[in-house]
This record gives sequence, structure tokens and C-alpha cells, in this order.
Amino acid sequence: MSRIDVLARDMESLDLLASRDTPVRRLDPRAKAAVTAMFLGTVVSFGKYEIAEMTPLFLYPAAILALGQVPARVLFRYLLFASPFALLAGMFNPVLDRETAISLGALDVPGGWISFASIMLRFMLTVSAVLLLLACTGYVQVCAALGRLGAPRIVITQFLLLHRYMFILSDEAARMTRAHMLRSRDGRGPGIRVWASLAGHLLLHAHDRGSRTHSAMLARGFDGSLPSLRAFRWSWADTCFLAGCGGFFVLARFGNLAERLGDLMGFAV
Amino acid sequence: MSHHIVEAADLEYSYPDGTPALKGVSFRIEHGESVGIVGANGAGKSTLLMHLNGCLLAGKGTVRVGDFPVTGQTLPQVRRSVGTVFQDPDDQLFMPTVEEDVAFGPLNMHLPPAEVESRVSASLESVNALHLRKRPPYKLSGGEKRAAAIATALSMSPDILVMDEPTSGLDPRARRKLIGLLAGFMHTKIIASHDLDMIYALCGRTIVLHEGRVAADGPTASILANHDLLAGCGLELPLSLQGCPVCANIKKAE
Repeated sequence: MSRIDVLARDMESLDLLASRDTPVRRLDPRAKAAVTAMFLGTVVSFGKYEIAEMTPLFLYPAAILALGQVPARVLFRYLLFASPFALLAGMFNPVLDRETAISLGALDVPGGWISFASIMLRFMLTVSAVLLLLACTGYVQVCAALGRLGAPRIVITQFLLLHRYMFILSDEAARMTRAHMLRSRDGRGPGIRVWASLAGHLLLHAHDRGSRTHSAMLARGFDGSLPSLRAFRWSWADTCFLAGCGGFFVLARFGNLAERLGDLMGFAV
Repeated sequence: MSHHIVEAADLEYSYPDGTPALKGVSFRIEHGESVGIVGANGAGKSTLLMHLNGCLLAGKGTVRVGDFPVTGQTLPQVRRSVGTVFQDPDDQLFMPTVEEDVAFGPLNMHLPPAEVESRVSASLESVNALHLRKRPPYKLSGGEKRAAAIATALSMSPDILVMDEPTSGLDPRARRKLIGLLAGFMHTKIIASHDLDMIYALCGRTIVLHEGRVAADGPTASILANHDLLAGCGLELPLSLQGCPVCANIKKAE
């Protein structure tokens, strides 16, 4: 199986997880989307040297992971896949910021390393939260919820079509790389020049398919938005989930939760 | 009322790069007719079909669907009358689930939810695909995708059904099932295909296109039996009219 095949199967696995019946799955997608947005807002609101203060927020993804019955290895695979982007974003911090930020006994830790660790923590928290939202709700339901929460229609339409055609294009890309592999020496992967040509062809195929799909949509009265059949029902459980998570995020942000937990357990932060 | 009539008069069309695709095509299709459009690759079949639902507009000449000429202003009425099934079902099935795809047209017609639901169920049932309604389209087999694509057109209650290569990519059994299904539809049907046996089975009339012109227009039985005409247009007799190869070999041996 080629890497592209594996990637397509991974994308499918999130949708398959979302189709299972779990307590988190039963919550209204709007509640889950709103809580995830609040969580992201809380994570990014911390200062760049506030690592310890951020740690209690790991309780949220841990709870959703458990209640949503999402296998941890699926989450770690995605985190590993996306980690180079976070590493790239923070790799120069230790070089640029060498002033001592904290001292751990005899060890002076430069601010650059602290902010680098902060970027990695934020990456883990935010990406986990979004992946868990997808794994416990489903991509299409998340899009529908965002639409109901006021996201622009054109953006939602783009997201939905992207999801639908991601699988077709990944199939097409997999077929092209397979055809190349069968005709290449020793079954090696394509070099950079061949990749450029494959990517160009894929782009042209995507453009052709886009034109044909647009014709099919126009033939059925498309007016710029994708109408939805889905109806949402808000319940008390959703209100409790929203209020409970919101309260926890406020406490984690302004209540010095990490220090209190540390005091409680006899550690000094 | 002439709402099931399709008429092209001296229709011409050239692609933006200047390649002429249709060079003066004229025909009139009456209510309830089943018409096959056949021709070699590049003869202009798909281009012609795209004019019938207004995805392409005539460069010269006119196309009429029922009471309306096909122009930019009449597209909503024309598209309500003409249900199109495209060659590749993956182009037509763009929503996350089959039922949402089938509901796409009725929802765009702003029908009430109960009516949308009833049309979705009826359309899927008519193509024996009710069990597929919650499935994502990319998970379906070729035959199932084709059935779902036809249901997306039927849900708009069209008067005229236009199909581009409906049997392409289907295995023999799925193809046979589809032919049986289409035979049961009472719509005016316009089917473009290279599958001449399917045209022979379904269409009472056939239009042969050759290099953007109508080379012949008449009863299917006589047109598809005309070896010289078909050969001149880059086609062959349908397999069902070519005789049994085993018997031919026996005769030769004798």
C-alpha cells in the first residue's frame, strides 16, 4: 500500500470513528464545535513562557479521548504526521532567545527553549482537540455545525467539497504513483522531476473534474450553497457540557489551577 | 402544452480553442420518445447533451426544451424539465451521503422538507437503491453509483431524462439490470452511448452523429442494421446483430 493509500485510509478512519455510538458522539455538534473553539482560544491566550499553567488543559483531550472511545494510537499517528510543521515553527526560538528565563537549581534555562516547549505543547493541545472533535462528530457534521454557528456559507461549501473530492483525488494520485512504480527501475519512488509532472497532471485532472462536477451541480439548481437535510437538537446534556467545559477553561486560565494542584500534591511549581 | 418536446435547429458550437464540435445539428424529439444518440469518439454526442440542459449555450442556431428556448434566462425552467445523468457518476455524486445527493435538487427547488423526503425515498426506491441512502458515495460499487446518480436526476421529477454513456464501466449483470430499469421509465429519454446493443434494446429511434453533423436519423432497427452507414461513421453493428461467432466458424469449416 502506498503512502497516499495510507493517508486516504487514515482520513476515512476518523469518519468511521465518528459513526460509533458514544456519549460524546450523542452531543449536539454545535456544542462540541463551540467548546473546541473555546478550548483553542484558551490555549492560545497563554503567554509564551507559561508552560506549567497550560498543563491542566490536557485533562480536556484526555477526557474526550476516554469518553469518545478514540484509540490513542490514531491520535498519536496524526500528531506525528503534523509535528514537523510545529517543529519548523519553533526550531529557531532556542537560537534567537538565549536570555535565561528560569533557573532549575544550578541549571539556567534560556527563554528560547521554554517558548519552543510552549509551541509544542500548544500544538499537541490544539491539534488533539480538533482531531477529537472530528473523531467524535464527523467532518460533515462539524461543517454543518459551523454553518449553523454563523460561518460563511461559501467556506462551508468549500470544506464539504474538499472532503468529498479528497478521496477521489487521493485515489487518482495513488493510481498514478502505482503506474509510475510499475514502470520505474527497482520499483523506486518518483524523483523530484517526475513528482512535478505527476502533480501537474493531478492538478489538470482535478480542474477537469471540478468543471464536470460544477456542470452536474448547475444541472440540479446549484445557487452557491450546499443545502442540508440535517436537523440538530439541543438538549440539557449539551448545555451542561458547554457550561462545564467553559467553567473548566476559565478556571484553568485564570485560577492558577496548575499551582493549586501542585500545592495539593506537595510540589512547588 | 409541449413541455416534453426537445428541438435543435441548425445548432452549431465551437470550443473556446476554436475546435468545432457541432456543425448544424437539427432534430425534434416528441413526448415519450426514447432516442439513442450514437457516434464515434469526438462525434459531438456529449457536447450535444450539454446543450440540452444549458451547461453549454448554442453558438449558432437554437435549442428548445418544451415551451422554452435554452438561453441564460430560461435555465431554471429548462433544468427543472431535463434530468441529466453524467458519464462519470463520481462527477455527479458530490454530497457526503447518497440521500443528501438525491435531496440536492429538490432542496434547491425550495420544496418543503416532507416533499423532499418523499422524493428522496421514491427516487431511491425506483432504482432499487433505498438501502444505500446513508452510505457515502465513494464507498459504492460502479453499479450502485450509477443507480444513485440516476436517482439524483429522478428526484427532480424531470419530464426528460438525458443520459451520457449510462452503461460505461458496468459489469454485464449490472448493465443488464440498468437496461431493465431504464426500460421501465416512462420519461422522454435521450441516451448517448457507444453501447449499441443497449440503444437497440431501449430506443425506438436513433440519431447518428458524425463529425458534428447528423449523419442519419430514423428507426433504430433499420439504422443499427445498416452496416455501410455505421462503418462510414466509425461504428460497427451491435454485437446482437453480428451473428454467432461459433456458428460462423462452423459454417466456414463446412
